[in-house]
Amino acid sequence: MYSDLAFIWAGLIAFAVLTYVVLDGFDLGLGILFPFAKSDHDRDLMMNSVAPVWDGNETWLVLGGGGLFAVFPLAYAIVLPALYIPIIIMLLALVFRGVSFEYRWRTKRWKAVWDFAFFGGSLVAAFSQGIALGALVQGIEVVDRAYAGGWFDWLTPFSVLTGVAVVVGYALLGATWLVLKTEGSLEIQMRRYAYVLGVATLSLIGIVSVFTPFQDPVYFERWFNLPGSLWTMSVPLIMIGLVWTFFRGLNDHRAASPFLSVLGWFIVSFVGIGISFYPMIVPPSLSIWEAAAPESSLAFALVGAVILLPIILGYTAYSYWVFRGKMDPNEGYH
Amino acid sequence: MFENLTAETLARMQFAFTVSFHIIFPAFSIGLASFLAVLNGLWLMTRNKTYLTLFTYWKKIFAVAFGMGVVSGIVMSYQFGTNWSVFSDKAGPVVGPMMAYEVMSAFFLEAGFLGIMLFGRDRVGDRLHMFATLMVAVGTLTSATWILSVNSWMQTPAGYGVNDVGQFIPLDWWEIVFNPSFPYRLVHMVLAAYLTTSLVVGAVGGLHLLRDRTNAEARRMFSMAMWMAAIVTPIQIFAGDAHGLNTLEHQPAKIMAMEGHYDSHPEGAPLILFGIPNSKERTIDYAIEIPKVSSLILHHDLNAPMAGLDTIPDDEEPPVAILFWSFRIMVGLGFAMLGLGVWSLFARWRGTLYDCKWLHRTALLMGPTGFVAVLAGWITTEVGRQPYTVYGLLRTSDSLAPVDAPAVATSLLAFIVVYFFVFGAGTFYILRMMNKPASTAKLGLTDGPIRAVVGAALSLQETPSGADK
Ligand code: HDD
Ligand code: HEM
Ligand code: HEM
Repeated sequence: MYSDLAFIWAGLIAFAVLTYVVLDGFDLGLGILFPFAKSDHDRDLMMNSVAPVWDGNETWLVLGGGGLFAVFPLAYAIVLPALYIPIIIMLLALVFRGVSFEYRWRTKRWKAVWDFAFFGGSLVAAFSQGIALGALVQGIEVVDRAYAGGWFDWLTPFSVLTGVAVVVGYALLGATWLVLKTEGSLEIQMRRYAYVLGVATLSLIGIVSVFTPFQDPVYFERWFNLPGSLWTMSVPLIMIGLVWTFFRGLNDHRAASPFLSVLGWFIVSFVGIGISFYPMIVPPSLSIWEAAAPESSLAFALVGAVILLPIILGYTAYSYWVFRGKMDPNEGYH
Repeated sequence: MFENLTAETLARMQFAFTVSFHIIFPAFSIGLASFLAVLNGLWLMTRNKTYLTLFTYWKKIFAVAFGMGVVSGIVMSYQFGTNWSVFSDKAGPVVGPMMAYEVMSAFFLEAGFLGIMLFGRDRVGDRLHMFATLMVAVGTLTSATWILSVNSWMQTPAGYGVNDVGQFIPLDWWEIVFNPSFPYRLVHMVLAAYLTTSLVVGAVGGLHLLRDRTNAEARRMFSMAMWMAAIVTPIQIFAGDAHGLNTLEHQPAKIMAMEGHYDSHPEGAPLILFGIPNSKERTIDYAIEIPKVSSLILHHDLNAPMAGLDTIPDDEEPPVAILFWSFRIMVGLGFAMLGLGVWSLFARWRGTLYDCKWLHRTALLMGPTGFVAVLAGWITTEVGRQPYTVYGLLRTSDSLAPVDAPAVATSLLAFIVVYFFVFGAGTFYILRMMNKPASTAKLGLTDGPIRAVVGAALSLQETPSGADK
């Protein structure tokens, strides 16, 4: 019984993190592509395409962190000191990129400064998130309910690789989002980028997948000893299908299918990581049951989640629907 | 710069620095969100263009302040883990779920409807836009409710047990959420936010009245702000007094330090108005005091005995000088605000509310005092809780993460540089917007994200009363 609540919560936290990754992923990705825009006008369009929704997207990060604190306090207490430097850098980067949404409209002389802050903040935040992911996959040393490693344990060739992978993957999400939201020259440019970034992302997913089992042999076993290993088989198959819809969507000039396919890639990769981790929340040694808060905390928070999450998803969807469709570059967003 | 400091001191400085910056923005945006909802409601009800102009004007200022509140808040939610991981492990089962509720019931609500409130009037129509505006206001208030419950639980813990690994475990959620100091702190803080906002609005109104007495928007906002200040200040002083009585019951050492009572007073304690706390001699030098009045305020009896810090073990004593001063700053400003409110009522009665330059100048000068009082109040509350993070149960020195001083020092330095740069720029932009009269359609170069592209068309529509450049 107690194990069930912890299991459900692990699923909910994973859902929050995944939602964050795909939603803020395209915001951050669009920021990474910012300097490549051909004109100020294009940059305005790019930013406007997410201005009404970015805050909501970022709130999933707060839920991921806050949720971890609430239901797996021990994991929160171990992971954050272990990833101290990348987390602080990510927070500072998010400060820059968050404020530039408003600031760049408030000044002429400093507009370029906030444009750069938007780009730099997005890039650095994405890279730090990738590093954090890589460091987690490598494993975190725990002794006596506390982080026991050094200050720079997170920095390894593998974590740099995952950092780059996340940057490229987010940029791809951003490019396909813009294909969906814009028209004309910006759309054509982004469609071109999407090919290159798509190939790059696939290669990086491949490289990271090959290296992951070497981080911890347990990962390898998990993949091939899964119940029925049906999942293990279907993951690559689904991926192949999504790659096909991605390139076909690009070739046929479809608006939504490239973006949706890339969302699919992220979900599949995320599930893959989940399979590698389970049942650990902090690999290699802390399981979700060891990290879980007492039953009364899990139950109390779950009541709220069951009632509130569907409502949140409802009005988030509504807000996207209100601002749906292509942006008209001449008449503007309204 | 920070060579001689321990990781603990540095982590405390970092928390105090980042949270002090953070609280400035919510103190303003809680009040402003409600003000915007009122303005929009009045516009829909009366169709008086002045309200719509004011709504558009403050909406843009709100957007910048809110953005700063969000990014500084995200830092806060990760600071518990990075710097106070032992606290997080131990107190997480109790405070964590409340913070999760805050995210789910408040942050998403604000963020989800903010876009519609800022950019969506044309897309969703007046009614839904009004609903979105209300939801943003409700979100800010809900956020304050949860986070203050968390903070109050750390001040006056209730409803918990302790398990075998030393974690606090929740036994009774009702007692935890409605812990003894929570109702007082919630009322006092929300009123503080309303007061802070009304002082800022009053200052902006005063400024533009000084330049042009006939400016319709300036008159309207000045009048609204002065009503608010006049009504809320007395309630706030009353709430603060009640809050103090509650603190006396649950955290007597804090009150002793605030009052500067180093010694016990068996026959009625004096109210020390001013003086200089001397921590070596354990006296208040140059004290100006009124005999027995402290006992009167706190016990409603001139001769009630009051214990002093001499009854508290030295290692449980909060720092006296900081509390003594921060409390007096808050209370002093509270009475200054009361003065402003009374003056405005008097001017209104005489019919000189829009003509009295000295009133406008004073209101302008008082603009930032709400922020100062809020910070002073929080410093009183938080420093007075020392040396504990969870009062009486978990010491600050036992809450620290396994962090090395150089790492904390570096990140502290980075926060200081980035915050002053980024929030300094934001404050500058806000002040520049406030410096323009509300009747001007264009506040910045362009109206802001999204509207930029349609700039002219939209601002004409939203502010029909004079689109001068
Ligand atoms: C949810 C809990 C919480 C909330 C809402 C606040 N604080 Fe706090 N504060 C803490 C939880 C905390 C803490 C984690 O418990 C600290 C860190 C170290 C400590 O002793 O307490 C702390 C320390 C701390 C200190 C340093 C005290 C000292 O070391 O002597 C200051 C000045 C403040 N805070 C100021 C504030 C302000 C201005 C707040 C307004 C938002 C605020 N705190 C809200
Ligand atoms: C240390 C404690 C605190 C933490 C960890 C914290 C956390 C946060 C976070 C993560 C956000 C951003 C939410 C978003 O993404 O929209 C935020 C914003 C906000 N916080 Fe805090 N907060 C703290 C203290 C407070 C206090 C004491 C209050 C008020 C009484 C408060 C009121 C608000 C409000 C109203 C917002 C909305 C944004 C804004 O209005 O600027 N917070 N906070
Ligand atoms: C003039 C009469 C006032 C009195 C007697 C008073 C009393 C108090 C007391 C006793 C506390 C500390 C409570 C504790 O730590 O347990 C406090 C905290 C605080 N005060 Fe005041 N106060 C007054 C005016 C104000 C004003 C005018 C503002 C702001 C506009 C303000 C804002 C705050 C804030 C933000 C806190 C920290 C949060 C809290 O504990 O509620 N106060 N006040």
